Amino acid sequence: MKKVALAVTLFIGALLLYAAKDFSAWGDLQSPASASPVSKHFIADTGVDTEVPNMVTAVLADYRGFDTMFETVVIFIAGIAIIAILRCTGADADSLALERESDVATEPDLIVTNTVRLLIPVIQLFAFYVLAHGHVSPGGGFQGGVIMGASFILVALAWDLPKAMDRLSVDRAVMLAGVGILIYAGIGLFSMLLGGEFLDYAELYHVLPVSREMARYHAMLGVEIGVAFTVTTVMFAIYANLSTRGRLEGGL
Amino acid sequence: MFGEEGLLNELLVLLNKLLVERFNYCVYVVLLLIGLYAMIAKNNLIKKLIGMSIFQTAIILFYVSIGVKEGATIPIYVAEHDPHGHHAEHTVHIDEANATEVSEENATSLTASHEEDHGHHGPRSLTDEETSGYANPLPHVLMLTAIVVGVATLGVALALTQRIYRAYGTIEEDAVLAAIQAEESATVIPDVLATKPKQASAKSRKAKKA
Amino acid sequence: MSGLALFNVFILIFMVVAAVISLRVKDLLTASVVFGIYSFLMCLLWAEMGAVDVAFTEAAVGAGVSAVFLVATVFNVKRKSSD
Repeated sequence: MKKVALAVTLFIGALLLYAAKDFSAWGDLQSPASASPVSKHFIADTGVDTEVPNMVTAVLADYRGFDTMFETVVIFIAGIAIIAILRCTGADADSLALERESDVATEPDLIVTNTVRLLIPVIQLFAFYVLAHGHVSPGGGFQGGVIMGASFILVALAWDLPKAMDRLSVDRAVMLAGVGILIYAGIGLFSMLLGGEFLDYAELYHVLPVSREMARYHAMLGVEIGVAFTVTTVMFAIYANLSTRGRLEGGL
Repeated sequence: MFGEEGLLNELLVLLNKLLVERFNYCVYVVLLLIGLYAMIAKNNLIKKLIGMSIFQTAIILFYVSIGVKEGATIPIYVAEHDPHGHHAEHTVHIDEANATEVSEENATSLTASHEEDHGHHGPRSLTDEETSGYANPLPHVLMLTAIVVGVATLGVALALTQRIYRAYGTIEEDAVLAAIQAEESATVIPDVLATKPKQASAKSRKAKKA
Repeated sequence: MSGLALFNVFILIFMVVAAVISLRVKDLLTASVVFGIYSFLMCLLWAEMGAVDVAFTEAAVGAGVSAVFLVATVFNVKRKSSD
């Protein structure tokens, strides 16, 4: 089996290398990707249409906001799928008592808990900063959401999982994930109610006292907040389920 | 002899093109192959998943490297193209004008000249030359989605691995396959001997009635 | 070769080495940690290429959350693999 796999892999490698000799040179300004009119339009007109300095955030949340909405839905579905796969009812809980190889029933360590107690507020503040400043510097909804979720996972690692679940239980996490998608789709529907198309943020200038471009700017922030809600809660829910085989007790 | 030299020359030119000018693409292909081989040939399920992740990140690497432009900066507007930079200048101008004591007519003429200047100070579209100074943002956007969907897929795959371990007690692929075979062969045989002839005759009776 | 191209070449070679090590060790915990190293090198490469948003996301997701998920799963199944 391994010999067949090796032969197939090498054959595919040879084909790919044969195709690679026709690529344009590294960093070529005339390559089809760099000279395409779509990219030029994005680079040239993002400032005029949306007044957002970070082009990647503008394209992600405004020009291609539909993709981002369904990506958020995919993350939500992954979280639910993991809960469904690892769920164990009371009946077969006894037969699942497979021993872990290394037992880690130790007390939370003094140095670790005190350091983490000082670090967690800073981490969460940084996550908010990344989320809010994503228009001007690298960052945005996903990055801020993942850092925030990682702060909850850090609580679970330094103490144990029940202490983290006091702050954010898995039921509430799933509900908040749904709220995140609701915010995103809600802003889109609200634009439709005001007379534009779905996710056409410029129509929000009817209700907010700003110009059309600044309406897109502020709606992007709202949309990124929705994404951050979903990503934070789903990351923590996935960790809680993976580290305890679905039973949500004990911890890593 | 002349034909052999020509072939050797061609081969050298080809190798030069691949290995010297496009070395990065060759390494990307090597990473893809490592990931693909691990997904097919490794026995352990977790190694297969690590191979899947290596494969995914190698593809993302290839895609992002398409958007590289020589001598270009990151896709965030520099200060002179910044859509908000000129607005800051604009408001400072208004404050200065309001601070000095001016009469009504002077004020209206000042605001009229501000209206004219607004066309110059607002954000503007960049020219072709200026756009080639920024990296291409489109591959970055598509790959952001790909990375996050990749981690969601990894999470679901790890949950499935734990489920398989719970059901069969092992995560080696050959042991799991053997256990599945054993289960199937243990349950199929009684059905074949006992119920099939009855089912066949029942179906033929129903067909005759209908 | 300019300094930046040399940097590229070194990081790529280290990435290939990290990928091969991660798939060859028998201890799954080591494999997860070396996978974190691979992700982090990928993030460095993207930051050098000018893809700062992608590098930020990979640093948070790949070297952070992904490695933690792998370690959490390895902790719940066997730690030793047969190949």
